[in-house]
Amino acid sequence: MKRALVLAASIVALASVAITYAVLASADPSPAGAALDTTRSGQLLFLDAGGRVAAVPSDDPGAARTVGDLKCRRFHSSGGTAVCLAAEVRGGLPRTSALILDSELRETNRLNLAGVPSRARVSPSGRMVAWTVFVTGESYNATGFSTWTGILDTRTGYPIVNIETIPLYIDGRRHHAADVNFWGVTFAADDNRFYATVSTRGRTYLVEGDYAKWEARTLRNNVECPSLSPDGTRLAFKKRVSPSAAEPWRLHVLDLVTMRETPLAETASVDDQAQWLSDSEVAYARPGAAGGSGIWAVPADGSGSPRLLIPAASSPSMPIRVDGP
Amino acid sequence: MYITANRPPGRALLRSVPANVLALGMVSMVTDISAEMVTAVLPLYLVLALGLNPLQVGMLDGLHFGVTALVRLAGAHASDRWRHRKLVAASGYGISALAKLGLLLAGTSVGALGAVITADRAGKGLRTAPRDAMISSSTPPDRLGQAFGVHRAMDTLGALLGPLAAFGVLAATGGSYDAVFMTSFCVAALGLVLLALYVRDPRTTLAAEPPRIGTAVRAIVGDPAFRRICAVTILLSLVTVSDFFVYLLLQKQLAMTPGLFPLLPLGTAAVYLLLAVPLGRLADRRGRVGVFLGGHVTLFAAYLLLAGAATGIALLIVVLVLHGTFYAATDGVLMSAAGPLLPEALLTSGMAVLQTAQALARLGSSVAFGALWTAWDARTGLLVMAGGLALSLLAARKVIL
Repeated sequence: MKRALVLAASIVALASVAITYAVLASADPSPAGAALDTTRSGQLLFLDAGGRVAAVPSDDPGAARTVGDLKCRRFHSSGGTAVCLAAEVRGGLPRTSALILDSELRETNRLNLAGVPSRARVSPSGRMVAWTVFVTGESYNATGFSTWTGILDTRTGYPIVNIETIPLYIDGRRHHAADVNFWGVTFAADDNRFYATVSTRGRTYLVEGDYAKWEARTLRNNVECPSLSPDGTRLAFKKRVSPSAAEPWRLHVLDLVTMRETPLAETASVDDQAQWLSDSEVAYARPGAAGGSGIWAVPADGSGSPRLLIPAASSPSMPIRVDGP
Repeated sequence: MYITANRPPGRALLRSVPANVLALGMVSMVTDISAEMVTAVLPLYLVLALGLNPLQVGMLDGLHFGVTALVRLAGAHASDRWRHRKLVAASGYGISALAKLGLLLAGTSVGALGAVITADRAGKGLRTAPRDAMISSSTPPDRLGQAFGVHRAMDTLGALLGPLAAFGVLAATGGSYDAVFMTSFCVAALGLVLLALYVRDPRTTLAAEPPRIGTAVRAIVGDPAFRRICAVTILLSLVTVSDFFVYLLLQKQLAMTPGLFPLLPLGTAAVYLLLAVPLGRLADRRGRVGVFLGGHVTLFAAYLLLAGAATGIALLIVVLVLHGTFYAATDGVLMSAAGPLLPEALLTSGMAVLQTAQALARLGSSVAFGALWTAWDARTGLLVMAGGLALSLLAARKVIL
């Protein structure tokens, strides 16, 4: 009897602690967000620290933010289309979804995924959408890691939830393996040619893919999360420069004509798919010292030094590009 | 004192299980809810909230292994030496509970997070052997299989509920990971309260003299029957593919939409939950080693199916049923087979040795399978492991039956 009393008292005490803490830690039901229009020119879109889609003027990123309602883990927008990778609970189960959104961020399509949201990208025209999620197992070896990359053609509405079945040619030879993982897709202006990273047999490659012919060919080693420049001549990417997990990557730019790589002035390790702000500057999320990340920008030719664009933010995109001559 | 009906159904079954085993089962269930709450959200938290990269997540995961093995063995020896299993188990549960608070305090420091996660796993390593030893000492020898089955079923139920609880808290708080960790801490603390209040350390025959490490090692490793069961366990664990790969292969084989991936472990767990008690009872009646080996035969069948050409929902169901059956027939059953072979005074140490050997062998198998997968492909890797499993089973039969 005494035991039952102690147990009951403990349950009440512990439940009170948990509930009080949860109430205090709950995100304030933030005020209804502002309407965002991704087709308005001259704005940078991003996710704020709470995961809400927000916008600032691209020529004055320090100005007050316009914060919307939509919450995402990864977000990208271009040409009037947006993709939002969200982790949510539905039907009592954790779900990861790719929400496809119109220019006013209204949902037009939803794809069920699983795992941790990693990359999201919309083609310049807004037609093609690509995303990557990953899962890890016991990771004492590198193979305890799997990515799922999908592509959706919004014009046909046809999704490929896992592109790893695409015929892959490594150095010109057809490659068959079950350990193929793709991530970090970027589409060219023709909405057909794309670049991505593939890993197999312990190596990573840059591939050039053809959506209509449905095949992919490797171009080069050690290029991850490529991002095609607005003029289509260069790829910004992260290159593995150290085997350590602490500072593994450095941002580089690859010239697709000369195949020459240029390390950028950002020396911190960056784990992001860069976003071109213009033909001469790229933006990316860089982890902050106190958790979370900020959006930084650095010249695309290796010169200069990184500057903080938007603090406490991630997933930069520039939906409508205003490219000067 | 114990009901001797052949098939006690339902309530009679509960009565035939010692109260101490039910108490330990409750503790494990509650603790597993707490542990799985954290496991379910940790990758999301590390990558999306803290901005760690997947490599760092993997590194945090791999860190703990050596520490866990050492702590398990040292703790088990201390537990036999001081003849206080409940205290050692309680410190294991306590360390893991505190680690949940540590997650709140560690912030983004990879070093601090690594230390906290390692402490959590060390706590798990510390508590497992004394807990299993207490289950073993609380139960008459002819019912050990059933007792371990009941315990593992309760444990698995907790593992199934944990993720639901975690995502419930996330949904209710608008995505506060801190609230998940605090809730997990409170649930773990409840487990500790249950342990303190309801679990007894049923050591009946205390050794006259606390075992010294040299004599302990000699007594454990010197026993030929126990040595055989260790050898067989190592042999079989070396060719056991880790769960993650099994699910990944299923997903690839079926070209399953990734959205269904999180459901696969639930399938295995549900089958394990349903079969843990019946197979434990079968082990009591027909021989525990036989059921243990039989469990590996179901695993062998699962590998062959996975490597074969079959696809479709039938493959999915059959493989998950075989995989869950494998766990139900081997996990608790192994402990129930080993318990009677060990002297009471060295029960905890013996179980820790067996569990550590098994964990080491599984680590080896995981590395080997990863290498096979990378060097050739998944199917070849699986066929190699299936071949190894068949050979190991034949050898095991010779050694032990």
